[in-house]
Amino acid sequence: MKLARAHVLIGVDDEARLAGVEDIIRTLHTSLEQAGLADEIQVVETGTLGVSGHGVVLVVYPEGIYYGDVTADIVPHIVEEHLFKGRPVESLRLPSATAAVRPSEVYRRQTRVVLRNCGVIDPGNIDEYIAAGGYEALGKSLGDMRPEEVVAEIKESGLRGRGGAGFPTGLKWELVRRAAGEPKYVVCNADEGEPGTFKDRLILEGDPHKLVEGMVLCAYACGASQGFVYIRGEYGLSIERIQGAIDQARDYGLLGRDIMGSGFAFDMEVRPGAGAYVCGEETSLLESLEGKRGWPRMRPPYPVTFGLWGKPTALNNVETLANVPEIVAGGAEWYKQLGTAACTGTKVYTILGHVRFPGLVEVEMGTPLRALVYDLGGGLPDGQALKAVLVGGAAGAFVTPQALDVRMDYESLRNWAAALGSGAILVMDESACLVDMLGSVLRFFRHESCGQCVPCRAGTDRLVNILEGIRRGQGGASALEELERIAATMQVASLCPLGQSVLLPVHTALTGFRDEFVAHIEGTNCPACSRGREVATG
Amino acid sequence: MNLPNKQDILSQHPRSEDRLLAILHDLQKANSDNALSREDLQLVAAHLNVPLSRVHDALTFYSMFSLRPRGRHVIRVCDSPHCHLGGSWSVLEELQRLLGVKVGETTEDGLFTLELTSCLGVCGVAPVMMVDEEMVGNLTTERLQEVLARYREGR
Repeated sequence: MKLARAHVLIGVDDEARLAGVEDIIRTLHTSLEQAGLADEIQVVETGTLGVSGHGVVLVVYPEGIYYGDVTADIVPHIVEEHLFKGRPVESLRLPSATAAVRPSEVYRRQTRVVLRNCGVIDPGNIDEYIAAGGYEALGKSLGDMRPEEVVAEIKESGLRGRGGAGFPTGLKWELVRRAAGEPKYVVCNADEGEPGTFKDRLILEGDPHKLVEGMVLCAYACGASQGFVYIRGEYGLSIERIQGAIDQARDYGLLGRDIMGSGFAFDMEVRPGAGAYVCGEETSLLESLEGKRGWPRMRPPYPVTFGLWGKPTALNNVETLANVPEIVAGGAEWYKQLGTAACTGTKVYTILGHVRFPGLVEVEMGTPLRALVYDLGGGLPDGQALKAVLVGGAAGAFVTPQALDVRMDYESLRNWAAALGSGAILVMDESACLVDMLGSVLRFFRHESCGQCVPCRAGTDRLVNILEGIRRGQGGASALEELERIAATMQVASLCPLGQSVLLPVHTALTGFRDEFVAHIEGTNCPACSRGREVATG
Repeated sequence: MNLPNKQDILSQHPRSEDRLLAILHDLQKANSDNALSREDLQLVAAHLNVPLSRVHDALTFYSMFSLRPRGRHVIRVCDSPHCHLGGSWSVLEELQRLLGVKVGETTEDGLFTLELTSCLGVCGVAPVMMVDEEMVGNLTTERLQEVLARYREGR
């Protein structure tokens, strides 16, 4: 292997692709050749670099200098100035030179377990994953551990499901292991549809082999022989990357009949969804995998005993499975030191909206929301005042500035712990109108309600209509109580978590920002609406 | 346009019911009107050896499939909270004006169908829309005109 004087890491994800990253990579190679640098500078195409909203981002090592909004025109300039002459192009550095915190420092404040390889290795190359310690955990398990010991290790680590419910992962696997019925299945829920949430997509794009390894470990622990990754039909690049990783792993004997010569057999397939948010709900996902309408099932029985085709099924979220190889390799004792006593490990978030550094971060469980918004997100730009934070996407909670010190773990969040799973953090300044934002959330639920049960089907429609009345100043005094009453009914009477979760955004918006709703009902001026937020024209 | 043979597509899929969505995706992609025909449904039913109603029941659940012919290009605008905060409502109004159709309708020349979609997961460049398989972000009026012009010229 050649030794390179410097490395250029270029993030290739959906966001970079729509900014024309393929062109830029070609230009980069041409420019390096023309400058005679092709032999001493290595270009690595990797997953997201954790910076969002800046098009194509690349980072030059050893200096660790980030460039954002890179275009093909500007690439020869970076090559000439920085890589040839050694003078970083200040005008393109991220963020602007006046910013107090640079992305590299934001990176250092994180604890990267799940994202350890994201933005570092080439996700399309299994050798790079192996060189970074990949598939070691699998070798260790198949060689030295009985399946029960793998289950025990995961139980001991305290890992809880990162999809939202926070169910202990080791216990789930034990239930599948002990359940009667063959064959058993492992299913990965990659049907990420919660608005503002794309951490699973970035894990899939940035380090797909980690998911493959997590799936095989889960299968070995549970005694499963077949696995499926159910992934959103819209996630083209993720489907490509995970399919590529599966094919490579099969070539290397890491999937198939006799994995690593251990006699253990397991294989997996990718299955695309077709545009239905409710399929992120586990029983709905299973119905869809079977090729039916994605209608949620009555629970119990739970998938651990009655899952895919009625067989015991271990159904885990992408982020949960991506934790598994790290736990097996590093040991439960190491993992337990991360996070809090009751809620171990790390959590991946996407921080978006009115913040200076939107992007993907991973921090320990129990990190206060304030630290995520201000330390990692860099706070609001241009000294704008914070109005609200929507945590957890549409099925999430509107948080007031006074409540920012809440710790982000399943114990501290209690009744809105479900919002933790998605990891979406949407920061809003004073220009956001909460009536308008809640309207967007409610329209989303009306659109995505699957229509199987009445409370959700009729409830979401009523909620949208009542809120529209409030927005137009025709609400009447009882409108707020009615919103809350309907959402509360949906929580107890709906069949699945979709309808049950509507109460959280409704309740938190109405309690935290009541004045704004009252202003709309009484027809007095809403401070946010009067500012207007039209899209830029021309 | 040279369309792939339907039987060739079917033969790539095992005759197993759980393949239904994958088969429907492939068949729809092979049709220039971005929709599934009655013949398609019958082919799938025969391939999987299930009643036609079973195929119809499943596919009508999913927003990515259509039984109604759509334009050659399907534009799907995201109006999830994040894009909404970024002004997706104005984008949608502008698109309706530029295309002369409402959400769910197809332009007279049969080129575009306008739809809404849930979050596409590229919230860093909100507001966002998807034209067929292409994501387009940081939408402004100027950018909308540019993208429409590109598709009108057939790329």
